[in-house]
Amino acid sequence: MKYTPHTPEDRKLMLERIGVKTVDKLFTGIPENIRVKADLNLPRPLSELEVIAELKARAAQNKDTGKLCCFAGAGAYDHYIPAIVDTIISRPEFYTAYTPYQAEVSQGTLQSIYEFQSLVCRLFNMEVSNASMYDCASALAETTHMVRDITRRHKVIVTQGVNPTHIEVVKTYAMGLNIPIQEVQLKAGVTDLDALKGMLDDQVAAVIVQHPNLFGTIEPTKEISKLVHSRGALLVVSVDPVSLGVLSPPGDYDADIAVGEGQSLGIPLSFGGPYLGILTTKKKFIRKMPGRLSARTIDKDGKTGYVLALQTREQHIRRERATSNICTNQALCALAAAVYLTCMGKQGIRAVAEQCLAKSHYLADRIEAVPGFELENKKPFFKEFTVTTPVPAAEIVEAGIKHNILAGVDLSSLNPDYQNKLLVAVTEKRTRQEMDSYVGFLNKEFGSK
Amino acid sequence: MSTETSLFELSRPGRQAWSLPELDVPGLDPEQVFGSAARKDNSLPELSEIDIARHFTRLSVLNHHVDKGFYPLGSCTMKYNPKVNEQAARLPGFSDIHPLLPESACQGALKLMYELGQYLKEITGLDAITLQPAAGAHGELTGIMMIRNYFEKKGENRTDVLVPDSAHGTNPASVTVSGYKSVQVKSNEKGRIDLAELKQACSENVACLMVTNPNTLGIFETESRQICDIVHSCGALVYLDGANLNAYMGIHRPGDAGFDAMHINLHKTLSTPHGGGGPGGGPVAIKAILEPFLPKPVIRMSKDEGRRTKASSGNSTLDTRHSTFRYWLDYDRPDSIGRVLAFSGHFGVFVKAYTYIRMLGSQGLRDAAECAVLNANYVRAGLEGIYDLPYKERCLHEVVFSGSNFRQYGVRTLDIAKRLLDYGIHAPTIYFPLIVAEALMIEPTETESRQSLDRFIQAMKEIAEQAKTDPEQLHEAPTQTPVRRLDEARASRQLDVNYQEPGN
Repeated sequence: MKYTPHTPEDRKLMLERIGVKTVDKLFTGIPENIRVKADLNLPRPLSELEVIAELKARAAQNKDTGKLCCFAGAGAYDHYIPAIVDTIISRPEFYTAYTPYQAEVSQGTLQSIYEFQSLVCRLFNMEVSNASMYDCASALAETTHMVRDITRRHKVIVTQGVNPTHIEVVKTYAMGLNIPIQEVQLKAGVTDLDALKGMLDDQVAAVIVQHPNLFGTIEPTKEISKLVHSRGALLVVSVDPVSLGVLSPPGDYDADIAVGEGQSLGIPLSFGGPYLGILTTKKKFIRKMPGRLSARTIDKDGKTGYVLALQTREQHIRRERATSNICTNQALCALAAAVYLTCMGKQGIRAVAEQCLAKSHYLADRIEAVPGFELENKKPFFKEFTVTTPVPAAEIVEAGIKHNILAGVDLSSLNPDYQNKLLVAVTEKRTRQEMDSYVGFLNKEFGSK
Repeated sequence: MSTETSLFELSRPGRQAWSLPELDVPGLDPEQVFGSAARKDNSLPELSEIDIARHFTRLSVLNHHVDKGFYPLGSCTMKYNPKVNEQAARLPGFSDIHPLLPESACQGALKLMYELGQYLKEITGLDAITLQPAAGAHGELTGIMMIRNYFEKKGENRTDVLVPDSAHGTNPASVTVSGYKSVQVKSNEKGRIDLAELKQACSENVACLMVTNPNTLGIFETESRQICDIVHSCGALVYLDGANLNAYMGIHRPGDAGFDAMHINLHKTLSTPHGGGGPGGGPVAIKAILEPFLPKPVIRMSKDEGRRTKASSGNSTLDTRHSTFRYWLDYDRPDSIGRVLAFSGHFGVFVKAYTYIRMLGSQGLRDAAECAVLNANYVRAGLEGIYDLPYKERCLHEVVFSGSNFRQYGVRTLDIAKRLLDYGIHAPTIYFPLIVAEALMIEPTETESRQSLDRFIQAMKEIAEQAKTDPEQLHEAPTQTPVRRLDEARASRQLDVNYQEPGN
């Protein structure tokens, strides 16, 4: 299959107009000795019918959430996606456009970004949000550059309650600018405030906290915020956006920067991407914020319209003086999140969060009753909790597959220190029957061990 | 044309667009669980489903997009996005799989990623690859970080990266964020890298040269091999910005010329949609010397000899009904730069790029590059003599004109771009590359027909006439778009970036 429209007649006419005999003559700038002499070693071209058959075969080898009942999370969740989300983002008007460089013919994209920013600000109770980052982990990583720029201090502290894969991305980004990343331990499942106090010197630009943390536990964000600010550092918090239906938002405890993984907001699991990095901050830090920003303004006739604002911060203007290199981001994912948040709205987001809360607690109680299984800690959690298991957690996950259950995430796969720990996530999609089957499976396969 | 009100203005208390099953377990009061950390209220809007459908549909039609019309935005490769790609990515076996599935439960996904990696290595002529980076700029960052670790491992302290003056803005920004100093190299009068200047710039302080080929003028660096040799002779490496791969896929492979690393923009070259500004994809292909530094995890294939998975204690075997090979993620990478994303990259985008390569095959990819170059040269021939062409060398997939010959009439490139919008055509990239005054960077792509190009050429000719006879018409443009020129200064001054209810 080819998607090129030229007929032999077109080619002939075009070459005549250009004044060359063959297409090959257009490539004389590429020397012969670095030209490809034969066909590339790629599979033969296919028709649509064949390619879809081939891809269906590949897809059939994967256990999707239609085959496995999903209790896995750790940054990617099986939430319900209302039908209208895919309907809107499947409109070619949105998905075949690009970055709104010509605002007059990009109002749809620009206004939807503005609305995404506004919806996120309301959910997070923060003053400004950018147009999106690649994912939560890379958004968190970019904040290390941002806080260094704001405070002129050079160290960043991250609590061990932050997802270890996110800490890895933070460290990768920190390497280039030599930003020391120090880890503060947890105590009884949450950030150890005494240890944190001891580490907060006048070179600490920011403290990064995940809330709920890796283990699902609620962090004492108000206390952390007070402590961090008393030492002149900034508070960066990474939140699960869905949790904000029932948990107080970052703005309420004076977070300076709040990031989140927007996948929960209407974006499919899709084996890890594309997802949506949310990045919000206080208005006073807006000029230090990476990424694009859509702003409302007026046109020549006084009519309301939208444009990209503060582009002077960005790489295409600032070049080597830019503090972030981000260009293409996740606009279509941000649109999905905007449609999701509009659809769920004030009541729906709370209902989703309440169902996650109730269902996860139902399952946690039932798992705790299985001999050999214990909850990691007794602290409040939202939709995810950690279970200490009688056998390596990987065995439970593997065994679950045979029972059509994705039992959770083996935490030792994220950090080898976390042996025999299974992280279990329960979204609004899970039913009592599914949870009872899950508990039945644990009892049957592992309950006596 | 009318614009659309804000969705917040459409909100009415009590309207509802969501539905959930009735709670089938005992309910919990958030305040009882969380105490003072519980949220009492939020200010999200309340709309019915039809309000939402109409709001976003009305917004959508305010956009110009590839399915509507010509989009010659230089450097962005706005080619047609085949619909089968979308269908493929939405197969539940791809869209509904958790990224932390055990390997035994995601062999199809790992195989697809492995094979896509193999194809991209073949297309670029390089030895190893990571699919993880989320976009081109993210790929640049990943590539430069790998180069940095390569020199650190060798114990060499190099501080500079050479960047030509024609480079994309992301290049110097990526260099800075990686902790290097960006050193500019001037282009010669033909728009190419000046070998003498390059030689002079090369020293033991230089870690790499970051080059775009064909460069942002659409001109191929004919002396690619010499450029690589010069850089290598001072011990440095060459990073290629692969934004312009669409000009030569199937015709030339950068690895064969000596380039050490390059990213591939899946959303440009390999037809995955641009999404209004993402998601993209920026895999980085590299020479074997950089392999140890790849981000983790790396996807591997092993012959399946009935071995058991690493994590299991022996009571589970692999399902080998569908494959005789096993695909797995290798995390044991001591010299890796680490992760650059939480998971393994934009899988949904990989499915689309994979579908495209399978549909086209080797000859189809070559045909795409040939037609992209044919189209750019056809536009060049149609507009030469009407618009200034500051660099006369034969172009490949894009051509850069200058609007400076209209400054005498008080018309600037911005005015020409805005007038094009009135013709229902998206403007080219303007004021870039920086080395061309009043630049108009035109990349038609291969999927445009001769009729479509003729219409564009005709519009550009008419606009050139209007510039001379009626410059005011250009200053006033656009007049046929949903809004007219917007007050950007006001936008940056007032910074209304978060909707507030009137009166707040």
